Amino acid sequence: MPSEQPPKKAAGGRAEAGERASLTLKAAAFGGLLFLHLPLLFIILYAFTTEDRSFAFPPPGLTLKWFSTAWFDRPDIWPAFGLSLRVAAVSTLIALVLGTLASAAVWRHRFFGRETLSLLVILPIALPGIITGIALRSAYALADIPFSFWTIVIGHATFCIVVVYNNALARFRRSAPSLIEASMDLGADGFQTFRHVVLPNVATALLAGGMLAFALSFDEVIVTTFTAGQQTTLPIWMLGELVRPRQRPVTNVVAVFVMAVTFVPILAAYYLTRDTHDFSGGGK
Amino acid sequence: MSAAARAPSLPADTALRRLSTLLYRKSWLFLTLLLVPPVLWLGIVYLGSLIALLAQSIFAIDDFTGMVVYKPTFATYAQLFTPANLGIILRTVTMAAVVTVICAGLAFPIAYYAARYARGRAKAAFYILVMLPLWSSYLVRVYAWKLLLAREGVVTWLAGELHLGWLLDAVLALPVVGGPSLSTAYLGTAIVFTYVWLPYMILPVQAALERVPRSLIEASADLGGRPSRTFRSVILPLAFPGIVAGSIFTFSLTLGDYIIPGIVGSSRPFIGQVVLQQQGTAGNIPLAAAFAVVPIVIMGIYLTIAKRLGAFDAL
Repeated sequence: MPSEQPPKKAAGGRAEAGERASLTLKAAAFGGLLFLHLPLLFIILYAFTTEDRSFAFPPPGLTLKWFSTAWFDRPDIWPAFGLSLRVAAVSTLIALVLGTLASAAVWRHRFFGRETLSLLVILPIALPGIITGIALRSAYALADIPFSFWTIVIGHATFCIVVVYNNALARFRRSAPSLIEASMDLGADGFQTFRHVVLPNVATALLAGGMLAFALSFDEVIVTTFTAGQQTTLPIWMLGELVRPRQRPVTNVVAVFVMAVTFVPILAAYYLTRDTHDFSGGGK
Repeated sequence: MSAAARAPSLPADTALRRLSTLLYRKSWLFLTLLLVPPVLWLGIVYLGSLIALLAQSIFAIDDFTGMVVYKPTFATYAQLFTPANLGIILRTVTMAAVVTVICAGLAFPIAYYAARYARGRAKAAFYILVMLPLWSSYLVRVYAWKLLLAREGVVTWLAGELHLGWLLDAVLALPVVGGPSLSTAYLGTAIVFTYVWLPYMILPVQAALERVPRSLIEASADLGGRPSRTFRSVILPLAFPGIVAGSIFTFSLTLGDYIIPGIVGSSRPFIGQVVLQQQGTAGNIPLAAAFAVVPIVIMGIYLTIAKRLGAFDAL
């Protein structure tokens, strides 16, 4: 992946000497990226190995067998997948509503406790997940709430709010309040302004935040361990296979599948917010 | 629709419009409506549970019945200071600190290159390549390292191919960090932690570096500063809040994680594992709660210092 030539700078020749990265820096940067991605490639390779007892490398042979095994012979995978999907969908929905409301409040108003609210939104991911998990679990126990679909959703929605909040607030801060005033001046009421001015303006940011929240929830295991009881989400299933493996290559197949499922929303989220990144960079 | 909206006549006085006007005039009412749902949720569900948890740490468990005795006591907190438990806390904090330092070291060149040299599509590609592992499955990434670090796995094979088996053996023979194989040594735990949290460090550092004005770098050069001097006196201090911001995540996530040390590493427990075990199999909720207070207190102090250092603006 060659880097493009730096664009011509108004500053002229003086900066150019410093514009080229040294070989050491390049090597360190690309080495770092390689470190981030090589392990994921190995997972994909291992999904095709014929060796099912150990992690022997290189694989003695390659096969597609495990894909069909995962698809046909393992009825335990699909209910877990379904539960993860439903939990992620509902949690994302709740996070979208709460995150948008919180970000709108913080954007438009200065009020007592504004900083506290920002902290409160960030806290569920700033503190280790295990704290959120055990706190919720002991609260459920104290309140005599039995484990259910909703006990998982409550935990997930709580730490998903922050991604929606961050995305929405970033977009709100870049949109001009004058647009809203103009809309009001032209005779629109608050709801019309919201529908025709505010919502289209923040829609892609909300979609991006929602997708990230979905990926976050779909993948979450630590909080879920405490709030799921006997229910199995896909990450819980996978953790079980890691601790007590039954068919190792099947775990690899599911891992590849999970990667595929989470990559799509992330790429989509990136493309949805890309223009605003360029915009904010251009402004500075 | 648009023709009607643009008509110069006054809009009809519907109930909706009256509500809208009311909300506009009484902005406190509007603000309250915005705030009530998120504050109720976070305040009751999250803070409520958190407070309930912390409250339980002041109780203790009866050794004979195994039931929680609801009488305030410091006995549970005192248990944290037994040598075994202090060892667990120290081990976890050390690991978090080491992982944070390694993450900062690895993240800086990536962030620096992406912020200063990558342009256009290369920059976009960099961003995506950092984001993808961050958001891709945490368990999958831990699992990948289980494959790589296992005794018969890729790292051992690679060391053999490069005739560096002796080096690997020498590293594994080191007293504290070594062990029977990489997947059962602290070194392995540190590698996996570093790998999994690295993007959390790259992104804020890159954001901080992006904000270093080019004119400052040019000014430093004009005043005779060599690149290394410019780096030390201009770029690094300005990037520091970004590093602190990233360290909030690397440090906090390591403090609470129980999965990575459970899957890769020696069998000596970390805080997260003890919390899980105390509240699960041992059924000692007060002690689990007291242990959970440790990361909260550490992160409380950490966040206070980070705020002073300006890290919150770099988030």
